[in-house]
Amino acid sequence: MGLTLRFVPYTDLESLEIEAKITHLLDIVKDKSIVLMEGRLKPEEEAALIQRTMQEINKKFRGVELCTIFPEDKNLAFFKKFKKNFASMILGNREGLTIIGPASVIKEIRRDPNKIQLFTVSTRR
Amino acid sequence: MIKIIRDFVQRMLHQIFSKKKVIRLGLYGPPNSGKSTLANKIAKDWLGEKMSPVSHIPHETREIIVKEKIVIKNRGRELTFNLVDTPGIATKIDYEDFMKFKLSKEKSKERAKEATKGVIDAIKWLDDMDVVMVVLDAADNPYSQVNITIIGNLVARKIPIVVVGNKIDLRKANLKKVESAFPQYDVVGVSALKGRNMEELYESLFKAVK
Repeated sequence: MGLTLRFVPYTDLESLEIEAKITHLLDIVKDKSIVLMEGRLKPEEEAALIQRTMQEINKKFRGVELCTIFPEDKNLAFFKKFKKNFASMILGNREGLTIIGPASVIKEIRRDPNKIQLFTVSTRR
Repeated sequence: MIKIIRDFVQRMLHQIFSKKKVIRLGLYGPPNSGKSTLANKIAKDWLGEKMSPVSHIPHETREIIVKEKIVIKNRGRELTFNLVDTPGIATKIDYEDFMKFKLSKEKSKERAKEATKGVIDAIKWLDDMDVVMVVLDAADNPYSQVNITIIGNLVARKIPIVVVGNKIDLRKANLKKVESAFPQYDVVGVSALKGRNMEELYESLFKAVK
Protein backbone atom coordinates (compact mmCIF):
# COMPACT_ATOMS: atom_id res chain seq x y z
CA MET A 1 0.00 0.00 0.00
CA GLY A 2 1.44 3.39 -1.02
CA LEU A 3 1.51 6.37 1.31
CA THR A 4 0.72 9.87 0.09
CA LEU A 5 2.49 12.75 1.79
CA ARG A 6 1.10 16.25 1.29
CA PHE A 7 3.32 19.20 2.16
CA VAL A 8 1.40 22.16 3.59
CA PRO A 9 3.51 25.33 3.55
CA TYR A 10 3.11 27.86 6.32
CA THR A 11 1.86 30.42 3.80
CA ASP A 12 -1.17 28.22 3.03
CA LEU A 13 -2.40 28.50 6.60
CA GLU A 14 -1.13 31.78 8.02
CA SER A 15 -4.14 33.88 6.97
CA LEU A 16 -6.75 31.27 7.94
CA GLU A 17 -8.88 31.38 11.08
CA ILE A 18 -8.47 28.44 13.42
CA GLU A 19 -11.63 26.62 12.19
CA ALA A 20 -10.67 27.00 8.53
CA LYS A 21 -7.13 25.89 9.27
CA ILE A 22 -8.37 22.71 10.95
CA THR A 23 -10.87 22.01 8.17
CA HIS A 24 -8.07 22.33 5.60
CA LEU A 25 -5.81 19.90 7.49
CA LEU A 26 -8.55 17.37 8.26
CA ASP A 27 -9.75 17.37 4.65
CA ILE A 28 -6.30 16.20 3.56
CA VAL A 29 -6.18 13.56 6.31
CA LYS A 30 -9.67 12.28 5.45
CA ASP A 31 -8.39 11.83 1.92
CA LYS A 32 -6.02 9.26 3.45
CA SER A 33 -2.96 11.45 2.95
CA ILE A 34 -0.34 12.34 5.53
CA VAL A 35 0.09 16.05 6.21
CA LEU A 36 3.61 17.43 6.50
CA MET A 37 2.96 20.94 7.75
CA GLU A 38 5.62 23.61 7.91
CA GLY A 39 5.71 25.02 11.43
CA ARG A 40 3.49 23.99 14.29
CA LEU A 41 0.01 24.66 15.53
CA LYS A 42 -0.49 26.69 18.68
CA PRO A 43 -1.46 24.61 21.76
CA GLU A 44 -5.06 25.85 21.58
CA GLU A 45 -5.15 24.95 17.87
CA GLU A 46 -3.90 21.44 18.66
CA ALA A 47 -6.65 21.11 21.30
CA ALA A 48 -9.24 22.36 18.80
CA LEU A 49 -7.94 19.89 16.20
CA ILE A 50 -8.45 17.04 18.69
CA GLN A 51 -11.96 18.27 19.53
CA ARG A 52 -12.94 18.53 15.86
CA THR A 53 -11.42 15.12 15.18
CA MET A 54 -13.56 13.63 17.96
CA GLN A 55 -16.69 15.32 16.58
CA GLU A 56 -16.07 13.90 13.13
CA ILE A 57 -15.21 10.32 14.02
CA ASN A 58 -17.46 7.91 12.16
CA LYS A 59 -17.37 4.53 10.44
CA LYS A 60 -14.82 5.68 7.86
CA PHE A 61 -12.82 8.20 9.88
CA ARG A 62 -11.32 6.83 13.12
CA GLY A 63 -9.21 9.83 14.09
CA VAL A 64 -5.66 11.01 13.55
CA GLU A 65 -2.11 10.39 14.61
CA LEU A 66 -0.32 13.63 15.34
CA CYS A 67 3.27 14.59 15.99
CA THR A 68 5.10 17.88 16.19
CA ILE A 69 8.84 18.21 15.86
CA PHE A 70 10.50 21.43 16.87
CA PRO A 71 14.02 22.49 17.71
CA GLU A 72 14.69 22.98 21.42
CA ASP A 73 15.88 26.51 22.08
CA LYS A 74 16.82 26.12 25.74
CA ASN A 75 20.53 25.94 24.89
CA LEU A 76 20.51 28.95 22.58
CA ALA A 77 22.48 32.00 23.56
CA PHE A 78 20.44 35.06 24.52
CA PHE A 79 21.07 36.95 21.28
CA LYS A 80 20.20 33.95 19.09
CA LYS A 81 17.01 33.38 21.09
CA PHE A 82 16.10 37.06 20.72
CA LYS A 83 16.77 36.90 16.96
CA LYS A 84 14.64 33.77 16.68
CA ASN A 85 11.75 35.25 18.64
CA PHE A 86 11.93 38.46 16.60
CA ALA A 87 11.84 36.47 13.33
CA SER A 88 8.83 34.49 14.63
CA MET A 89 7.09 37.76 15.49
CA ILE A 90 7.62 39.13 11.98
CA LEU A 91 7.23 35.98 9.89
CA GLY A 92 5.11 33.74 12.13
CA ASN A 93 6.24 30.52 13.78
CA ARG A 94 7.56 28.50 10.84
CA GLU A 95 9.94 26.48 12.94
CA GLY A 96 9.41 22.78 13.24
CA LEU A 97 7.26 20.35 11.38
CA THR A 98 3.84 18.90 12.13
CA ILE A 99 2.85 15.45 10.93
CA ILE A 100 -0.83 14.49 10.88
CA GLY A 101 -1.91 11.15 9.51
CA PRO A 102 -5.19 9.28 9.36
CA ALA A 103 -5.47 6.65 12.12
CA SER A 104 -6.68 4.16 9.51
CA VAL A 105 -3.28 4.40 7.79
CA ILE A 106 -0.87 5.40 10.57
CA LYS A 107 -1.04 3.12 13.58
CA GLU A 108 1.41 5.07 15.66
CA ILE A 109 3.93 7.88 15.40
CA ARG A 110 6.61 7.17 17.95
CA ARG A 111 8.92 9.99 18.84
CA ASP A 112 12.05 9.78 20.86
CA PRO A 113 14.06 12.92 21.26
CA ASN A 114 16.19 12.27 18.16
CA LYS A 115 14.08 10.14 15.86
CA ILE A 116 10.55 9.65 14.58
CA GLN A 117 9.06 6.34 13.55
CA LEU A 118 5.83 5.98 11.60
CA PHE A 119 4.11 2.64 12.04
CA THR A 120 1.51 1.92 9.41
CA VAL A 121 -1.57 -0.23 9.74
CA SER A 122 -0.70 -3.51 8.09
CA THR A 123 -4.14 -4.43 6.80
CA ARG A 124 -6.72 -2.19 5.16
CA ARG A 125 -10.18 -2.09 6.59
CA MET B 1 -26.80 46.13 73.16
CA ILE B 2 -23.22 46.98 72.24
CA LYS B 3 -22.20 43.39 73.09
CA ILE B 4 -24.91 42.02 70.78
CA ILE B 5 -23.77 44.24 67.91
CA ARG B 6 -20.11 43.37 68.57
CA ASP B 7 -20.89 39.63 68.59
CA PHE B 8 -22.88 39.96 65.38
CA VAL B 9 -20.06 41.83 63.61
CA GLN B 10 -17.49 39.29 64.85
CA ARG B 11 -19.66 36.43 63.64
CA MET B 12 -20.06 38.03 60.20
CA LEU B 13 -16.33 38.74 59.89
CA HIS B 14 -15.54 35.18 60.91
CA GLN B 15 -17.93 33.83 58.31
CA ILE B 16 -16.42 36.00 55.58
CA PHE B 17 -12.76 35.32 56.34
CA SER B 18 -13.05 31.68 57.37
CA LYS B 19 -14.46 30.79 53.97
CA LYS B 20 -11.66 28.85 52.29
CA LYS B 21 -11.19 28.99 48.59
CA VAL B 22 -11.92 25.65 47.00
CA ILE B 23 -9.22 24.72 44.49
CA ARG B 24 -10.26 22.82 41.41
CA LEU B 25 -7.73 20.04 40.85
CA GLY B 26 -7.92 18.28 37.48
CA LEU B 27 -6.45 14.90 36.60
CA TYR B 28 -5.52 14.87 32.91
CA GLY B 29 -3.64 12.45 30.72
CA PRO B 30 -3.94 9.84 28.00
CA PRO B 31 -6.33 6.88 28.42
CA ASN B 32 -5.25 4.11 30.80
CA SER B 33 -2.56 6.15 32.54
CA GLY B 34 -4.28 5.55 35.89
CA LYS B 35 -6.11 8.85 36.45
CA SER B 36 -9.15 7.19 38.02
CA THR B 37 -7.00 4.92 40.18
CA LEU B 38 -5.18 8.03 41.40
CA ALA B 39 -8.47 9.89 41.93
CA ASN B 40 -9.70 6.94 43.99
CA LYS B 41 -6.51 6.85 46.04
CA ILE B 42 -6.73 10.59 46.80
CA ALA B 43 -10.45 10.35 47.67
CA LYS B 44 -9.80 7.25 49.82
CA ASP B 45 -6.87 8.94 51.63
CA TRP B 46 -8.87 12.03 52.62
CA LEU B 47 -12.56 11.08 52.47
CA GLY B 48 -12.37 7.34 53.03
CA GLU B 49 -14.29 6.56 49.86
CA LYS B 50 -13.60 5.93 46.16
CA MET B 51 -14.97 8.14 43.38
CA SER B 52 -14.46 6.56 39.92
CA PRO B 53 -14.90 3.13 38.36
CA VAL B 54 -11.67 1.64 36.97
CA SER B 55 -11.03 -0.95 34.28
CA HIS B 56 -8.21 -2.33 32.12
CA ILE B 57 -10.30 -1.43 29.05
CA PRO B 58 -9.32 2.03 27.76
CA HIS B 59 -11.81 4.93 28.09
CA GLU B 60 -13.51 3.57 31.21
CA THR B 61 -13.99 7.19 32.35
CA ARG B 62 -16.13 8.78 29.66
CA GLU B 63 -17.67 11.57 31.73
CA ILE B 64 -16.19 14.18 34.00
CA ILE B 65 -16.45 12.98 37.63
CA VAL B 66 -16.14 15.53 40.41
CA LYS B 67 -15.63 14.86 44.10
CA GLU B 68 -16.18 18.04 46.09
CA LYS B 69 -14.51 19.38 49.20
CA ILE B 70 -11.59 17.07 49.71
CA VAL B 71 -9.50 18.57 52.49
CA ILE B 72 -5.83 17.63 52.05
CA LYS B 73 -3.28 18.30 54.78
CA ASN B 74 0.45 18.65 54.29
CA ARG B 75 3.05 19.90 56.79
CA GLY B 76 0.53 21.81 58.86
CA ARG B 77 -1.19 23.36 55.84
CA GLU B 78 -4.70 22.49 54.84
CA LEU B 79 -6.29 23.06 51.43
CA THR B 80 -9.74 22.20 50.11
CA PHE B 81 -9.99 20.72 46.62
CA ASN B 82 -12.71 19.78 44.21
CA LEU B 83 -11.12 16.78 42.51
CA VAL B 84 -11.98 16.46 38.81
CA ASP B 85 -11.33 13.09 37.17
CA THR B 86 -11.41 13.52 33.37
CA PRO B 87 -11.71 11.12 30.43
CA GLY B 88 -8.40 10.25 28.80
CA ILE B 89 -7.44 12.52 25.92
CA ALA B 90 -6.84 10.73 22.63
CA THR B 91 -6.52 11.68 18.98
CA LYS B 92 -8.23 8.55 17.70
CA ILE B 93 -10.97 6.22 18.89
CA ASP B 94 -11.81 3.01 17.08
CA TYR B 95 -14.68 0.89 18.34
CA GLU B 96 -12.96 -2.22 17.02
CA ASP B 97 -10.22 -1.74 19.63
CA PHE B 98 -12.85 -2.29 22.35
CA MET B 99 -13.99 -5.50 20.71
CA LYS B 100 -10.52 -6.92 21.42
CA PHE B 101 -11.55 -6.75 25.08
CA LYS B 102 -14.52 -9.01 24.32
CA LEU B 103 -17.12 -6.24 24.28
CA SER B 104 -19.97 -6.74 21.82
CA LYS B 105 -20.06 -4.67 18.63
CA GLU B 106 -23.00 -2.66 19.96
CA LYS B 107 -21.36 -1.97 23.31
CA SER B 108 -18.06 -1.11 21.61
CA LYS B 109 -19.74 1.41 19.29
CA GLU B 110 -21.59 2.97 22.21
CA ARG B 111 -18.38 3.16 24.26
CA ALA B 112 -16.55 4.78 21.32
CA LYS B 113 -19.30 7.37 20.90
CA GLU B 114 -19.27 8.23 24.60
CA ALA B 115 -15.47 8.33 24.61
CA THR B 116 -15.33 10.91 21.80
CA LYS B 117 -17.71 13.13 23.76
CA GLY B 118 -15.60 12.59 26.87
CA VAL B 119 -12.46 13.87 25.12
CA ILE B 120 -14.30 16.99 23.93
CA ASP B 121 -15.60 17.66 27.46
CA ALA B 122 -12.22 17.09 29.08
CA ILE B 123 -10.65 19.73 26.80
CA LYS B 124 -13.54 22.15 27.49
CA TRP B 125 -13.00 21.80 31.23
CA LEU B 126 -9.32 22.79 30.98
CA ASP B 127 -10.24 26.46 31.34
CA ASP B 128 -11.89 25.83 34.72
CA MET B 129 -8.94 24.21 36.46
CA ASP B 130 -6.82 25.88 39.13
CA VAL B 131 -4.12 23.20 39.14
CA VAL B 132 -3.65 20.03 37.10
CA MET B 133 -1.91 16.73 37.68
CA VAL B 134 -0.82 15.39 34.28
CA VAL B 135 -0.91 11.65 34.88
CA LEU B 136 1.37 9.56 32.64
CA ASP B 137 2.03 5.84 32.58
CA ALA B 138 5.70 5.64 33.57
CA ALA B 139 6.00 2.41 31.60
CA ASP B 140 4.91 4.14 28.36
CA ASN B 141 6.80 6.40 25.97
CA PRO B 142 6.36 9.90 27.47
CA TYR B 143 7.06 11.70 24.16
CA SER B 144 3.50 11.34 22.91
CA GLN B 145 1.80 14.30 21.27
CA VAL B 146 -1.19 14.06 23.63
CA ASN B 147 1.11 14.69 26.61
CA ILE B 148 2.76 17.61 24.83
CA THR B 149 -0.61 19.08 23.78
CA ILE B 150 -2.04 18.85 27.30
CA ILE B 151 1.01 20.48 28.88
CA GLY B 152 1.19 23.13 26.13
CA ASN B 153 -2.42 24.08 26.75
CA LEU B 154 -1.92 24.27 30.52
CA VAL B 155 1.16 26.48 30.05
CA ALA B 156 -0.78 28.74 27.65
CA ARG B 157 -3.52 29.10 30.30
CA LYS B 158 -0.95 29.63 33.09
CA ILE B 159 -2.36 26.71 35.09
CA PRO B 160 0.14 25.16 37.54
CA ILE B 161 1.19 21.61 36.64
CA VAL B 162 2.34 18.55 38.56
CA VAL B 163 3.63 15.81 36.25
CA VAL B 164 2.87 12.39 37.73
CA GLY B 165 4.69 9.29 36.50
CA ASN B 166 2.20 6.64 37.59
CA LYS B 167 2.61 2.84 37.74
CA ILE B 168 6.18 2.91 39.12
CA ASP B 169 5.45 -0.54 40.54
CA LEU B 170 5.65 -1.99 37.02
CA ARG B 171 8.95 -3.54 36.00
CA LYS B 172 8.94 -1.60 32.70
CA ALA B 173 8.43 1.77 34.43
CA ASN B 174 11.14 4.30 33.56
CA LEU B 175 10.74 7.47 35.58
CA LYS B 176 14.08 8.84 34.33
CA LYS B 177 12.64 8.86 30.79
CA VAL B 178 9.59 10.83 31.97
CA GLU B 179 11.89 13.27 33.78
CA SER B 180 14.06 13.77 30.71
CA ALA B 181 10.96 14.36 28.55
CA PHE B 182 9.76 17.14 30.87
CA PRO B 183 12.92 18.61 32.40
CA GLN B 184 11.22 21.89 33.30
CA TYR B 185 8.79 20.17 35.71
CA ASP B 186 9.05 18.30 38.97
CA VAL B 187 8.07 14.77 38.06
CA VAL B 188 6.66 12.70 40.91
CA GLY B 189 6.73 8.94 40.54
CA VAL B 190 3.84 7.15 42.23
CA SER B 191 1.96 3.92 42.21
CA ALA B 192 -1.66 4.93 42.75
CA LEU B 193 -2.63 1.27 42.81
CA LYS B 194 -0.17 0.35 45.58
CA GLY B 195 -0.32 3.75 47.27
CA ARG B 196 3.41 4.36 46.86
CA ASN B 197 4.95 7.81 47.19
CA MET B 198 1.66 9.63 47.80
CA GLU B 199 3.20 11.92 50.45
CA GLU B 200 5.68 13.27 47.89
CA LEU B 201 2.79 13.83 45.49
CA TYR B 202 0.82 15.87 48.06
CA GLU B 203 3.98 17.84 48.81
CA SER B 204 4.39 18.69 45.10
CA LEU B 205 0.70 19.59 44.84
CA PHE B 206 1.01 22.08 47.69
CA LYS B 207 4.18 23.52 46.12
CA ALA B 208 2.35 23.98 42.79
CA VAL B 209 -0.63 25.67 44.44
CA LYS B 210 1.57 27.86 46.74
